Amino acid sequence: MITHYGYIDGSGEFYIIIDSDKCNSCGECVKQCPQNALEMVTEFIDLEDKTVVAVTEQHRKKIKYTCSQCKPEENKTPCILACKQSAIQCVWKPQ
Amino acid sequence: MKETLKDAKEYWRWQEYHRVLPDKSWKSKDTITAGVDVGSVGSKAAIMVDGEMYAWAITRTGSNSPDSAKKVMAMVLDGTGLQQSDIKYTVGTGYGRVNVPMANKAITEIACHAKGANYIWGPKVRTILDVGGQDIKAIHCDETGRVTSFLMNDKCAAGTGRGMEVFADLLQIPIEDIGKVSLSIDEEPPPVSCTCVAFAKTEAIGLLRKGWTKEKVLAAYTRAMAIRMANLINRVGLEKEFVVTGGQSKNMGIVSRVENILGVKTLPSPNWRDGGLDPMVAGATGAALFANALYQKSQGT
Repeated sequence: MITHYGYIDGSGEFYIIIDSDKCNSCGECVKQCPQNALEMVTEFIDLEDKTVVAVTEQHRKKIKYTCSQCKPEENKTPCILACKQSAIQCVWKPQ
Repeated sequence: MKETLKDAKEYWRWQEYHRVLPDKSWKSKDTITAGVDVGSVGSKAAIMVDGEMYAWAITRTGSNSPDSAKKVMAMVLDGTGLQQSDIKYTVGTGYGRVNVPMANKAITEIACHAKGANYIWGPKVRTILDVGGQDIKAIHCDETGRVTSFLMNDKCAAGTGRGMEVFADLLQIPIEDIGKVSLSIDEEPPPVSCTCVAFAKTEAIGLLRKGWTKEKVLAAYTRAMAIRMANLINRVGLEKEFVVTGGQSKNMGIVSRVENILGVKTLPSPNWRDGGLDPMVAGATGAALFANALYQKSQGT
């Protein structure tokens, strides 16, 4: 399941995109995030509970500010580089 | 003064109801499961017999999630002859899902909506727009109702059912007529610049003062909401097998504008007023289906 964390508002489009089918629950991205914006959560997939990474509730609505210092527009943030499974991506289009 | 209060109409109030499908029944050996979807504005419950829809209910969510869950559960059981103890497994979903006292498990409303839409419209459904009371979700799913991609806008209540309630009240139009009224204009006005519910009243009053009719104000606001929804759908991926769920699926003004912007017609919805399934109950429907599957799994079948 591909989850888009973030929003479109008057100032642009800002999403951290996580593919939980690719996530192998290693938690490396959580350790690398300088903002502590990621956490491991339980997701219900195919009648099973799986531990996957997610953006924390508190950062979802202000992701533009949380993630801007990692230069998400280049798609080379610490979380993306930490993920061997390529489960994380950014869409960053400030207007 | 008394007269005025008595005449004061609650324009935002929508229909709460419960239904038992007349051609369905249950026997004690059947697997009876329930789904309870405690949303931000509405609480919905569905009861399934061996994975087939049997009864459902919709009511307004109060300030207390456990009480809302109990209330909607009592409503759905009414007239079925079933007791709470007859239900083998219950799944809670929606905003208040962790606060559903009778639930065996809580599952996110995203998974439940996709599963429910798959049940209501069949396996062809791929793109689902759920317009709830307080958020908008765009969901893409496969033929089994498994979510492949999703996006939720809960940053603000703009373009949600709650926003529509505020407008119904402000413009003194009953909420169930709002779609029709918003379409009763000769020419579509430009969308309002601000869809924020907190500021919408200010902007709407400004437009009314400028001489806009309330139909025109409503059309401009509805159009702005539809544009926001179309943006979300394009991000998760639009396919022509497209449906709208949630309370706003009953708002023709929203549905037809989203269709226009995207250039895609929604799949025809069952007529809930005429005994058909209700797209507003999609979340509870999916929850009851998951309850059935989880119960079967726990029994090793």
